Amino acid sequence: MYKFLEYGVYGASILLILIGLYAVLTKKSLIKIVIGLSIIDGGIHLLLITIGYLRQGTAPIFSPGFENAAAKMVDPVPQALVLTAIVIGFGVTAVALSLVIRLYRHHRTLQIDEIKSLKW
Amino acid sequence: MRKFLVILILAVLGFYLFEAFSGLGLGFPRFEHGVKDYYLDKTVSELHVANTVTSIVVSFRGFDTLGEVTVLFLAVSALGSVLYKRRHDVGSRSILFASSGIVRSGSKLLFPAIILLGVYIFIHGHLTPGGGFQGGAIIATGFLLMLLAYENFRVSHHVLSYVESLAGIIFVVIGLLGFIDGGTFLQNFLPSGILNELFSGGVIGIIYVMVGFKVAAELTGLIYSVLHEKD
Amino acid sequence: MIYLILIFFLLILMVGAAIYAVVQKDLLYAVIATGVISLVLTVLFYILQAPDVALTEAAIGVALTTIIFLITIRNTLRHEDEYSNKDKFKSPTK
Repeated sequence: MYKFLEYGVYGASILLILIGLYAVLTKKSLIKIVIGLSIIDGGIHLLLITIGYLRQGTAPIFSPGFENAAAKMVDPVPQALVLTAIVIGFGVTAVALSLVIRLYRHHRTLQIDEIKSLKW
Repeated sequence: MRKFLVILILAVLGFYLFEAFSGLGLGFPRFEHGVKDYYLDKTVSELHVANTVTSIVVSFRGFDTLGEVTVLFLAVSALGSVLYKRRHDVGSRSILFASSGIVRSGSKLLFPAIILLGVYIFIHGHLTPGGGFQGGAIIATGFLLMLLAYENFRVSHHVLSYVESLAGIIFVVIGLLGFIDGGTFLQNFLPSGILNELFSGGVIGIIYVMVGFKVAAELTGLIYSVLHEKD
Repeated sequence: MIYLILIFFLLILMVGAAIYAVVQKDLLYAVIATGVISLVLTVLFYILQAPDVALTEAAIGVALTTIIFLITIRNTLRHEDEYSNKDKFKSPTK
């Protein structure tokens, strides 16, 4: 039972990464490329959280009376890492989209093969 | 042709990634005496913080959080400079459609509740799930709701930058005060209190509240400057 | 057992939304599909015992990222294959 779950979760997160990479590598629209980047982000976050999961584990938050429950808790280190990564990923997406808006304002197109000049 | 090549490469990559990760297994303890056990032990015995993720983000890895908040600030600055336009263009937002009366009244009702939820989440960051980043993002969504409902809703950039700078300065000053006892940056110098009380955990609660203010101001400014960008 | 079926439904929904977001030519639908991915990720993070990350993803991934994509689409072009409209010189949404 857990074997299916394991293959499912790892497979889904790796599939997300691959789908995002496909979009980045083959699509010509700038917004599509940024969408692909955010899909890659999601896949990596799921992969990291899955690595830290513990079977029958609880969230790493202590309650009164259960101060010794540390052995049954999932790994908090990947969670803190992913927490940081989501916020930074939003900043990266915002800056990328502002560059897209700026490129559109200058070139009046979103197709990367039409944007030939390096000059703004 | 190029698409087939890309799919081929991705298939090989995916196969090896899947091989590597499915060998790890799901839900086994990874290390015998890893950093996880140290953090979990110190969180409850020394820092008296209930939420371990908060204690890692603010205390054990607090310096990284300072860097992260700086990265967000840089993102907002870069966005503002990239989207910069001449003065007379700024301020007149292109309105696609006027929002209806239901949306306006509903957002006016919801706005205080959303702000209250955000403040609750970042004040209780060391007790319950959540914290500065989550609370700040929720407050930013509240402002976003008002900006979408009322086309002449204004947020003062001066107030935002003052709040943000003040929160950042308090963060750094609290971190530097850790040197007083001969400790390190972000060393706890306040009494730890009792586990699961609001005033516990020493400086961690104060720092996360400051992070909440800073993130809320940054994200609100970011959304405001993108939303007021008119083609 | 019902728990397992729920998780598999969520995983299939997530991968399907990702494929839809990449294949769809209309960028508005693609962005909404990206929001669906974030929504499913929120539920999965909660199931995997990471409530902090679930809250962050709910606030940032679902709300703010989707909105910022939508604003960009409003200011630029809506369709992926749309080529330059140099003759119009104004926003296509107006």
